Amino acid sequence: MAVIAEPVAAQVKRSSLWSRAFESRNFLGAMFMVPAIAILILFLAYPLALGFWLGMTDTKIGGVGRFIGFQNFVSLSKDSVFWLSVFNTIFYTVFASVVKFAIGLYLALLLNERLPFKSMMRAIVLLPFVVPTVLSAIAFWWIYDSQFSIISWVLIKAGLLNHYIDFLGDPWNARWSVVLANIWRGVPFVAITLLAGLQTISPSLYEAANLDGATNMQRFRHITLPMLSPIIAVVMTFSVLMTFTDFQLIYTITRGGPINATHLMATLSFQRAITGGNLGEGAAISNAMIPFLVAAILLSFFGLQRSRWQQGGRD
Amino acid sequence: MSTVEDQSVGMDYLESFPRKFLRVYLPLGLIIFFLLFPFYWMAVTTFKPDAEMYDYEKYNPFLIAHPTLEHIKKLFFETDYPLWMWNTVIVSVSSTFISLFASVCAAYAIERLRYKGSRYVGLAIFLGYLVPPSILFIPLAAIVFQLGLFDGNLALILTYPTFLIPFCTWLLMGYFRTIPYELEECALIDGATRLQILVKITLPLSLPGVISAGIFAFTLSWNEFIYALTFISSSENKTIPVGAITELVNGDVYHWGALMAAALTGSVPVVILYSFFVEYYVSAMTGAVKE
Repeated sequence: MAVIAEPVAAQVKRSSLWSRAFESRNFLGAMFMVPAIAILILFLAYPLALGFWLGMTDTKIGGVGRFIGFQNFVSLSKDSVFWLSVFNTIFYTVFASVVKFAIGLYLALLLNERLPFKSMMRAIVLLPFVVPTVLSAIAFWWIYDSQFSIISWVLIKAGLLNHYIDFLGDPWNARWSVVLANIWRGVPFVAITLLAGLQTISPSLYEAANLDGATNMQRFRHITLPMLSPIIAVVMTFSVLMTFTDFQLIYTITRGGPINATHLMATLSFQRAITGGNLGEGAAISNAMIPFLVAAILLSFFGLQRSRWQQGGRD
Repeated sequence: MSTVEDQSVGMDYLESFPRKFLRVYLPLGLIIFFLLFPFYWMAVTTFKPDAEMYDYEKYNPFLIAHPTLEHIKKLFFETDYPLWMWNTVIVSVSSTFISLFASVCAAYAIERLRYKGSRYVGLAIFLGYLVPPSILFIPLAAIVFQLGLFDGNLALILTYPTFLIPFCTWLLMGYFRTIPYELEECALIDGATRLQILVKITLPLSLPGVISAGIFAFTLSWNEFIYALTFISSSENKTIPVGAITELVNGDVYHWGALMAAALTGSVPVVILYSFFVEYYVSAMTGAVKE
């Protein structure tokens, strides 16, 4: 009997070890995480670290670089085109974000009114965000054409202008033109997300304010804005992030021209790294974006998300 | 949600129509006009013959006197456009499915298995969402080249999940959180394994979330540009956005008709998909931000 019982006991022990492993949350959890973590480490974390390294080398496309410390950054700090791109990026981000926020909030408030065909209108408003940015940017490129611009044509017909505007040939015109295209693309995202936030504000707050005789403006200032500010913080963080690192619009409409007047840091890094073949220098420009990004995230996040009571918590 | 909206208007009905027109309809109309005009212009240019396109004196540019399919025909039969579309479909579908699979597993593990340190992993994945592709594309190009993936669909299929997985995982975590624990406990008592629970209980209950994540991921990969521009060099491997901008412009000669046709036909598939799943799309977009 004992001879037979022993292997059975061993078997029971072994199987329980297996099943114990599969019941252990830590083991199972690790197994479930494998696909996501593998992809994210290989193609997200590793490149991020490699980018830091590349920025400190003189790597060219197809060659092996050597470590040169901060030399890329030193040469960039004397590079007027780099500083122009920093200026352009900040200009582009500030103006586009402010206008996107203003129009987006206004549009969200309008869509929050009682309207016929409300859900259809919301679907239409979101279209610029859904359509591939490059493809709509091609449409803007054609709208800004120097000879056949429809905007110029309308203004001339209306008698407001007597010559075609050179939208993309003049540095300042080009800057404002790409800002406008970016606003066009970004407004729907801001508006629809803020609309979702508006719909979570309890109507009883407005009713109470009405009874107390608050005006429209007061209700907006003292109910809507404070209740909305946490979501405004998140939306604007994303919006600033996307605008600051924008690449597609500029690459499609101006390619950084005229005379680098619309080069953003992202497009400049592409030009230096891929078109020009200096991977190291391009990576250094990319890395130079990171402090700005971290600052923007921290600023909009902590600047706007200060009070807990706005989210329904206690003071 | 609709009951909330109906109550929120309060004494709205007292407002006269002209007043409401000035306060709501007029500005709304103007903004919607601004948002839709580029699409109108895209469509008009696509179907307009060259003779009309460059003659604003004889023809009103807003209208088409003699509609033509010439530009679309040229695009489909004289360029690699059908190949670009095929590549875009392959890349978008594959990367969406890879990301969904990885995200469902990861979100379930973080939210339900709650293994040691799952909170920190969840936070790290959210931070991954904040890393923009314009910072990653240079080192990624080096990696793609080293792995021998350069100039092939696989380069895009494997790199797109880097921005899709963080998003999908974050969104699905929110959905999984809403499913009551009791359901899983019942199944555990009945002897179901964790995998069975995920497939038979959690996934069916969070199907709207999976669809939302899938739709949003698909449109994001359809629209992706900078990776496709950097990692692909030969025309027959390009995606629609990259092909349109690099191959349809010959030096200084812009074929505006064909360009607009490419922009229009490249947008239509995502717009159709979007129009069927608007609610899912919106909940994906707002859900990821609200969390």
